[in-house]
Amino acid sequence: MDSYIWGVILVGTLATFATRALPFVLLGRFAQHPLLRFLGRYLPPVLMVLLVVYATADLISSSVTLGVVLVSSLCVALLQWTLKNPLISIFAGSLVYALLI
Amino acid sequence: MRRLLSTTLPVAFGYVPLGMAFGVLFTSQLDYSWFMATAMAVFIFAGSAQFLSIGLMANQASLVSVAIAIFLLNARHIFYGLSLLSELKLRGWRRWYMIFALTDESYSLITALPQEKRADQTLHWQITMINQSYWVLGCTIGALFGEGVDIPTESLAFVLPALFIVLCVEQYRAVRSAGLMLAAAGIGALAVWLWSGQMLLVSITLALGLLLVTYRSGRWIATSGV
Repeated sequence: MDSYIWGVILVGTLATFATRALPFVLLGRFAQHPLLRFLGRYLPPVLMVLLVVYATADLISSSVTLGVVLVSSLCVALLQWTLKNPLISIFAGSLVYALLI
Repeated sequence: MRRLLSTTLPVAFGYVPLGMAFGVLFTSQLDYSWFMATAMAVFIFAGSAQFLSIGLMANQASLVSVAIAIFLLNARHIFYGLSLLSELKLRGWRRWYMIFALTDESYSLITALPQEKRADQTLHWQITMINQSYWVLGCTIGALFGEGVDIPTESLAFVLPALFIVLCVEQYRAVRSAGLMLAAAGIGALAVWLWSGQMLLVSITLALGLLLVTYRSGRWIATSGV
């Protein structure tokens, strides 16, 4: 069991380090390539949407209704859009969720 | 030291509570010791990647999925660091440490330093290291708390989706790509429906394909003068 989490830590460390070291490798050579710039701009929003679907689908499959997830998600999104404070958005959204389930 | 602490104080206010949220979530959702949360803060040191790992580990995701998901999740940082890294003069372990630990927050603190102080790169790695200490501290306190207090797992389960919704909103604010994001939501739903076990790998592959097609057609439109 412990070997699994050490494996996760190892690949997580390498994967994170790779993204932070990549600017050095890219520097001057590929950084200006239009495809990389395009992906640098549009991959993050697309990936975030996928992660939201991934994480919420996980909840819905564990017997929580779609309605509860939608209401709590909307709370988080609206709070973040207006107040721009991640901690408030996450905390309030989780509170709404905990009260609804 | 005093000055360093006061410079980095705003980061402490961000890292300690968020780290604590990670720690609490870690020990209450997973069956590992609090110490593993500390290890993740020391070695991985990336907020959203650590939160995502909790979800991945709860599902016993394969290490390949973990590697790909974390790499792409952090890939958004690749372009941020470019300007600072080009002026990085430090050598030896300090250089490697800076590459390893440079976060958005450390980056913005360092670039906001007054010009005469910014030339002193000792300050750069000291700031970076103090910021990571805040994160490690927060994660550890949270993990110890989560282990000691019996928090119902179900009520904390929304923290991870909430974090991604926050990041999603901020991405939308910056990029305004509603069409692509809706398409991604469709791809995500399809992948959950048809390949739930491999949802992340399948949907990321499909989304990359969609982006490449968009890029090519955009180039085609640009070169055909439309």
